[in-house]
Formats: sequence, C-alpha cells, structure tokens
Amino acid sequence: MSGHDASGHLHVSPESKAPYADDVLERLHADAAEVIARYPQKRSALLPLLHLVQSVDGYVTGRGVSFCADVLDLTEAEVSGVATFYTQYKRHPNGEYTVGVCTNTLCAIMGGDLIFDRVSEHLGIGHDETTDDGRITLERVECNAACDYAPVVMANWEFFDNQTPESTIGLVDDLRAGKDVVPTRGAGKVCTFKEVSRVLAGFEDGRADEGVGAGPASLLGLRIANDRGWTAPGAQGSQPSPADAKEGSK
Amino acid sequence: MTDTLTPILTKFWDDPQSWTLATYERHDGYKALTKALEMEPQAIIDAVKDSSIRGRGGAGFPTGMKWSFMSPPDGGPRYLVVNADESEPGTCKDVPLMMANPHALIEGVIIASYAIGCEHAFIYLRGEVVHVYRRLLRAVEEARAAGHLGTDVGGKGVRVDITVHAGAGAYICGEETALLDSLEGRRGQPRLKPPFPGAAGLYARPTSVNNVESIASVPGIILEGSDWFKGMGTEKSTGFGIFSLSGHVTNPGQFEAPLGITMRELIDLAGGMRGGRKLKFWTPGGSSTPIFTEEHLDVPLDFDSVAAAGSMLGTRALQVFDETVSVVRAVARWTDFYAHESWASARRAARARGGCARS
Repeated sequence: MSGHDASGHLHVSPESKAPYADDVLERLHADAAEVIARYPQKRSALLPLLHLVQSVDGYVTGRGVSFCADVLDLTEAEVSGVATFYTQYKRHPNGEYTVGVCTNTLCAIMGGDLIFDRVSEHLGIGHDETTDDGRITLERVECNAACDYAPVVMANWEFFDNQTPESTIGLVDDLRAGKDVVPTRGAGKVCTFKEVSRVLAGFEDGRADEGVGAGPASLLGLRIANDRGWTAPGAQGSQPSPADAKEGSK
Repeated sequence: MTDTLTPILTKFWDDPQSWTLATYERHDGYKALTKALEMEPQAIIDAVKDSSIRGRGGAGFPTGMKWSFMSPPDGGPRYLVVNADESEPGTCKDVPLMMANPHALIEGVIIASYAIGCEHAFIYLRGEVVHVYRRLLRAVEEARAAGHLGTDVGGKGVRVDITVHAGAGAYICGEETALLDSLEGRRGQPRLKPPFPGAAGLYARPTSVNNVESIASVPGIILEGSDWFKGMGTEKSTGFGIFSLSGHVTNPGQFEAPLGITMRELIDLAGGMRGGRKLKFWTPGGSSTPIFTEEHLDVPLDFDSVAAAGSMLGTRALQVFDETVSVVRAVARWTDFYAHESWASARRAARARGGCARS
C-alpha cells in the first residue's frame, strides 16, 4: 500500500504505477480532451484531471500522475507538486466514503470535537485512516461554509447538518452496511468517492435537481421578513405582479 | 427608512425549485441582462460605481472601481474570475446562495463580463461542496440553452461563456492571487503584488476577481438602479448583505439586511442567546477579524463603523459564543488552522505588503 510520510512527499506503491487497461485509457483520454477544452490554456485542466484520476483509481495513483503529465505536457514532478498541495487529493487508497467531521472552532465547540472522538472510537480509526472493509475514511475537516447548521459532518462532500455523535454513528453504520444515505442538503443519496470525484472533474451526474434549495436556517431571515411584512424597496422587494407571474409560467 | 430585513437574493429561497431557470424567471430573472445589453459597457461600470457597492468577500473594495482599474483593452483576452472559494471560518453565505439561487450569480457574471469586455469567465468553487457544483453546472447549462451564454448572447452578438471550476481543498485559494495560480493548474500560492490582477491576472491578462455575493448583487443594481441600491445601508456602506449568525443563539441562520444593522437586532431575530446564557464574545466577519464582546452589540455592522470599533466587517460571519466557552480554546483552534493552511504563504504575502503575519 502506498502512503505518505511526514515529509509530505507523494510516495506511490509500484502497483499504483501498473498501466491502465486499454479501454480505461481510451475513456480517460476522451474525458481529458473534454476537460481541456473548457480552458484557454491546458494546464488549467490539472485540478479537474486529478479529480478524474480519483474517479477511476480512488486516489492519485502513480499512473494517474503520469497520465496527467502526459496529456498536459508537464513533468511528473510538476503534477505531484500540485497533487500534494490540495487536501482532497488522496495519496493512498481512499475509502468508498469520506466522512469528514468539522472540527474548526465553531463546530468543535458546538459538538464537533465530541462527534469526532466518538465516531473515531466507534470505527477504531483516526484522522485520515480507513476502515478495514474499505468503506469509510474518517477525517477532521475545516470550516465547510455551513456554520448555521453546526455541528456539520460531510459525507463525500454532501452536507449532514446539526449532527450529534449518535446521528453520525448511525450515518457511518448505514454507509458500511451499504444502505442508501440521504444528506440533509444535497443529492438524493450520498454517491461513492469515485462517483463524486467524477462530478468534481466537471461531469454532471443528473442529480442537480435533487434535494432542497435551502435548509431551515438558510430560510430563517426570509421567514421572519415574510411574517412581519418586511421587504426590500422597489420592484424586486414586491411580490411579482400577476402579469409577471403569467409571463414566467409560459 | 427601509425595513429591518430586505430579502433580495434570498427572496425565493423557499420556492420548492428555487435553483431552476423557470423559478428565476418568475422573479424577474435575466431582465437585468436584457436591460444591460441595451447599455454601453461603460454605462454598466458607471452604474455599479455609482451604487458604491463594496466587495462582499471581506475586504470591501468598491466593485465598480476594481473593474475600472483594469488595464485598458488591447485586443487580447480579459477575464472575470468569481471567487467562490468560501472558506474563512464562520463564513457561510455564498454556499447557500449558490445552492438556492445560482442564476443570480450566473446573470451577474454575464452582465459583469459584458461590462469589462470578458468573453470567458470562471467561477472558482471550492471542491468540498459537490451539490453546489452540480447546481452551478446545471445553471450554466440552462443559461446556455436559453441563449444567455455563447457567441450571440441575447441576440446582440455578445460573446460570453462560463467555466465552473472545482478546487480541491486549500483555504489559501480564497486569496485572489493564490486562486489564480490554482486556476492555472498550480499549487495555490499567493503572488507578490504588484502587478495586481487588473493588470496581470489569469494567464497574465487583465482580470477582475470578485466575490460571489458582489457579482450576484449586480443584476439588482442594473434593473432597479443605483439609487435603489443606495437607498439601503449607510452612506459609505451602501446596499444590503447576507448576515450569517452561528453558534450559541437560539436559532442560527441567514439574514439579508441593509448594511448597518446591529448585532443586538440580529441576535434578537435569532431568538436571543441559547438557553438564556450570557454572550461572551463574537466575531463580526469571520475568524480572522478581531473579536467583539457585549459592548459592541450596538455597533452598526457597516465597513467603517466596525473598523472604527477595532475590527472588520469582513464577510458578516457572526459567530456567537456564550459564557461557557474559553476564548483561549477558540483562538488556539483558529491559529492552528491558519498555521496549517497558509503559514508560509500568509507570511510571505504579509511581508510583501510590509505588514506582519500575525499579531
């Protein structure tokens, strides 16, 4: 198994350098061409291509680094230098589900530290470690922009709001048991690490219309304003006129 | 006198399908674009300048001025890059905005691009919010299908396209020059300034990097006029903003209000302190802004008043902590975070500015 040491260098195991099967490589090239076409300069495609590598291999493999270097005319050292900078790129095989407990200050104080400790004890693994069945990688994550729902847990980068140690233990147990798990605000179910990595490479999975637009905390101010009749001045603050509504429904 | 809360960007977040083009159009969506395409680009910049809107990403630099500081057109590409890398601890306004109402941002991007002469805009979204990425990709697709993007926007021969780019986890990429390096496929490390992005930004071309909420506020300014915008807020902090209350209040949440609302009003709207406990300290604009206490509850939350009181309005990330919390524990966690995320870069950038990394 490949891994990393305190130096932060990327160390990949020999097997992670085994060449891609022809059909996999063909598809990677087709996808990479699509990614590169989104940018005026092809090096800009590197971050999405590393997500794409993870969508195939489950982490940034040696062969993935070589592939990116090849299609972008970079050296492997340049690609590795980028891959090791960003925390979402994994240097060793990741679990099928990354469960990240926010332990930045606000979430930590609202219960995140306790959640992390209890889930860590329950799973018998620490930060950036994976369960023996390969299902869960546990992480401490930093602020994920959902502080009004603290404490927050992310499962493959979908929001689980207002968590407790019990709810998060239930979440990891369900994921390990292979049950579909529904985020508080997100897709209709938590997709696998590889599936989500493909979305992050910019390939839509048809799930944009699933889930809510906003959770209750996001709507609190709006609900109070509606109750009290508070609006912004001018047309934007007023209710749409019947004519507008008719036009919009065409 | 405006109302205490002024839902504009948040106005239809409670619609069952708030993120779709159809919903956005029912709420005057893309009318501002139609109006903008009838205007000269300079007139759009002038309107945004006249609104006096200050950047909503934390620093508060006037948006219209940032656009007008870009190097003049020389026939080469010019870029708009939206900073959607919302990562400052406590900050949680752009992510819900893009999840619930992505078209407000897309329409703003198209108008801003037309104004500054950009044909290819980028939205750099942090990679840790996959559903927001889905919503943005979908919104761009819908806008393109409706003729709002492409080589003939609105039938006016205007070219604008948008690439939505997902990052990969790095707080420092919220700093605009680190973000540009990251968007170029490099490690996200801040550049020395000058040159500023307006002269040499993305691919060393003139670039404006703007926050999500700043750009999403542009359609309203164009449609309703700069006087409408200036009718809210204070003289030097015009308009509205989303205030995010988190922590030890009864009901944490988002409140869209004119700049200048006070923390006392906001805590009251949030149902007061949780469990009736006593307020100990709070951050006005994210964890990097100096801490306030009870004595600052009546400071108007606008750029200048908060600065005069010794802190920064920042991103209006109001994190509330009650008497049970150790200030030392809270601050120690934040400093660990900054040390991990950006120590070398922040120090170098601070040195370049002649400042001090940490006080």
